[in-house]
Amino acid sequence: MTKPLKILVIIPAYNEEGSICGVIEEIRALKTDMDILVINDASTDETECLVADMNEIVLTLPFNLGIGGAVQTGFKYAHDNGYDIAVQVDGDGQHIPGQIPLLIEALQTEADVVVGSRFIRTLGYTTSRTRRIGVHVFMLVNSLILKQKITDSTSGFRAYNKRAVAFLANYYPHDYPEPESIVMLGRNGFCIREVAVEMRGREHGQSSISALRSVYYMIKVLLAIFVDLFREKIIH
Amino acid sequence: MRIQIFTVLVAVALLLVIFQLVRKNKLLEQYSLLWIASAVLLIVLALWRDLQTWMSNLIGIYYPPSALFLIAIVCGMVIALHFSVVISNLREQNHLLAQEMALLKEKIEKLNSES
Repeated sequence: MTKPLKILVIIPAYNEEGSICGVIEEIRALKTDMDILVINDASTDETECLVADMNEIVLTLPFNLGIGGAVQTGFKYAHDNGYDIAVQVDGDGQHIPGQIPLLIEALQTEADVVVGSRFIRTLGYTTSRTRRIGVHVFMLVNSLILKQKITDSTSGFRAYNKRAVAFLANYYPHDYPEPESIVMLGRNGFCIREVAVEMRGREHGQSSISALRSVYYMIKVLLAIFVDLFREKIIH
Repeated sequence: MRIQIFTVLVAVALLLVIFQLVRKNKLLEQYSLLWIASAVLLIVLALWRDLQTWMSNLIGIYYPPSALFLIAIVCGMVIALHFSVVISNLREQNHLLAQEMALLKEKIEKLNSES
């Protein structure tokens, strides 16, 4: 009998009063003994109050760090407290907690990182044209750099093992971290796998990436990935 | 001739202001160095006309005093870049502090609720 794995679900939340409780309820409904950690990224709405009533672990940042800094705080917590697996689930309800077991299962087949991809099978969720173009650019970049096809590197629905968490606790991009972190992890020898998941459209709040910002998003992320290529690998 | 006097006056005033700021602990010595170096460079170039002419010829400027402007602009850019680096560094530290603080706060609350 092996020791049960310690699993932490990290939920970054910035002004998610409309959806955060639903996400937590759905995770509880899985009836596993995963711990839930909410990172309240200095929300200005009722998020903090609502989450406090849920009786889960909450880390409240003193000011807004953005998704990268928030999620990294979760990795630090997972690392400090000796979790075997960290799962990242967005607080906006786009990710379906019912599919967390899919990610964890895949993680146990010799992967360090598992990404939930909505583009392996195109189920539910239709995305905008600009987003699709972006997704294809990232796919191309990933195949060029990592020689691996990652279909949904913008997805924040992920599971990491202990080794990956230890790495990310120290090295994680600040803004728009998802595609860049994939390249960083891949270049440093972490094994990345994708599993097909469904995602929901947003019901509440606004996506962190509006139409006008997507151009900035692309340029910033591509620049960051490009510069990363000229950095020494952190793990040799 | 006038441009020389003007440059020297401005540079000396700049030096005085920087000195005053450092003296009152409003500017750290390490961040004043680039400013002082720039001001001194401008004074030297303004007073030493041969050097000014030589430099202008070297980079292909026909009217030597305008080399002063170029140098001043380059100095300003170097200083601005230096501050961008300093700010990035500060932001990084700021980031770490915020994360560390959130983690510690949670730890304290847990300890408090246990006792």
